[in-house]
Amino acid sequence: MMDIKRRYVIPGDVIATGSLRPEQNVVQDGDRMISTCVGISEIFENAVRVIPLTGPYVPKSNDLIIGKVIGTSPLSWEFDINSCFIGFLPAQDVFGRDYSPTKDELRQRLNIGDLVAARVANFDRSRDPLLTVQDRDLGKIDVGELVKISPSKVPRLIGKRGSMIQTIEMATRAMITIGQNGWVVVSCEDSEGLLKAIEAVKMVDALAHTPNLTERVKSMLGVPEGENNDTIND
Amino acid sequence: MTEDGIRCDGRRVDQLRNISIKVGVLKNANGSAYIEFGKNKILAGVFGPRDVHPKHMADQDTGILRCRYHMSPFSVTERKNPAPSRREIEISKVLKEALQPALILKDFPRTVVDVFVEVLQADGGSRCAALDAAAVALADAGIPMRDMVSACAAGKVADRIVLDVNNEEDQEGQADMPVAIMPNMGKVTLMQLDGILTPEEYKTCLQTAIAGCRTVYEVQRRALVEKYFESGAH
Repeated sequence: MMDIKRRYVIPGDVIATGSLRPEQNVVQDGDRMISTCVGISEIFENAVRVIPLTGPYVPKSNDLIIGKVIGTSPLSWEFDINSCFIGFLPAQDVFGRDYSPTKDELRQRLNIGDLVAARVANFDRSRDPLLTVQDRDLGKIDVGELVKISPSKVPRLIGKRGSMIQTIEMATRAMITIGQNGWVVVSCEDSEGLLKAIEAVKMVDALAHTPNLTERVKSMLGVPEGENNDTIND
Repeated sequence: MTEDGIRCDGRRVDQLRNISIKVGVLKNANGSAYIEFGKNKILAGVFGPRDVHPKHMADQDTGILRCRYHMSPFSVTERKNPAPSRREIEISKVLKEALQPALILKDFPRTVVDVFVEVLQADGGSRCAALDAAAVALADAGIPMRDMVSACAAGKVADRIVLDVNNEEDQEGQADMPVAIMPNMGKVTLMQLDGILTPEEYKTCLQTAIAGCRTVYEVQRRALVEKYFESGAH
């Protein structure tokens, strides 16, 4: 952690020069490392990257996302995944290998408008992202409220080692499922807790760049000072 | 212009008009900016990357950029017909070509980034101001960019090379040269010239315009920093 240098950058800013490896949101121009977005630059172990503060969701393999069914074709469902690409969930993934379009009806399992927690199985930009629900805790979401936040704020909502989300969940007794695409499903048996949890998620989205956010969220939720201090640190 | 080089609006020959930029003014756009460049008032909104319609325009290898420059009927003294004029079609094309080299759309194949520019009040040099606002709006939308794009005009009025020609000077003047650069890469992305200049004058005019662009870049930078980092944590 000691040798990570952080800086605010906007597109076109030269982060560093020399033989470094350009990673996320960095392009190389000769020996200059140039930021391609508004964000915070980091240099570590000869690599340069920029953590974006804004921008669209670009699917990555193995991302947990929340999608909404927008249509079906004979062999797959189509999902809105808050990205410029449409997510595809093959029918075989749900019905098993003996799926037959003549026998099975896709809409009986997942209908248009349903929310689904899924994982990105494959995405290589030449084709639209392929989704899968074959894992624990994946599949149709039956209860909960959908909250949409900016995809670039998702890491902040999770917090260091999940500290932020734990704080909210513990204070409100809500269940929060966070999709990497910026869609968050909040469910809670108690309606007051639900409203508070939604408010907290929205607050993180709006104030993601401010210091002491965990403290602010805690005071909004009415968590007494000093609780969980070992895991919550900005 | 007076003998000691004071212009019709009180500026010196190498002085820009007042510029102010506000980022993120439109809620429904992915990125937006509002610029006041002297008496020019211009709004830019960026949508995307998103699906291309009509579909035949889509490129399988890369994302595409579309620009629309439009002047409101009330932006000039005599009502302007809201239908796109020859001039607006030209400026839309020029804006697109000036922004294109800065954008990296390879990561978003089969999609489009739409830039809408609406001139609310025009006072000469609106294409440069539009470009400045569009570049900031693109950065606000988080579209990957190699560099910002900063634009400014220079021209020849009363036999002298002046920076940032306003409407009155444009009407009376001998030449007008809008220039856009990528300030960190030092590359010119737009250069037009309306009027006649000697080779010597041409060089001075270009240098003057580039110096103006660099000042504009600082304003753009400040606007982005203000939105994203001013109350910043780190």
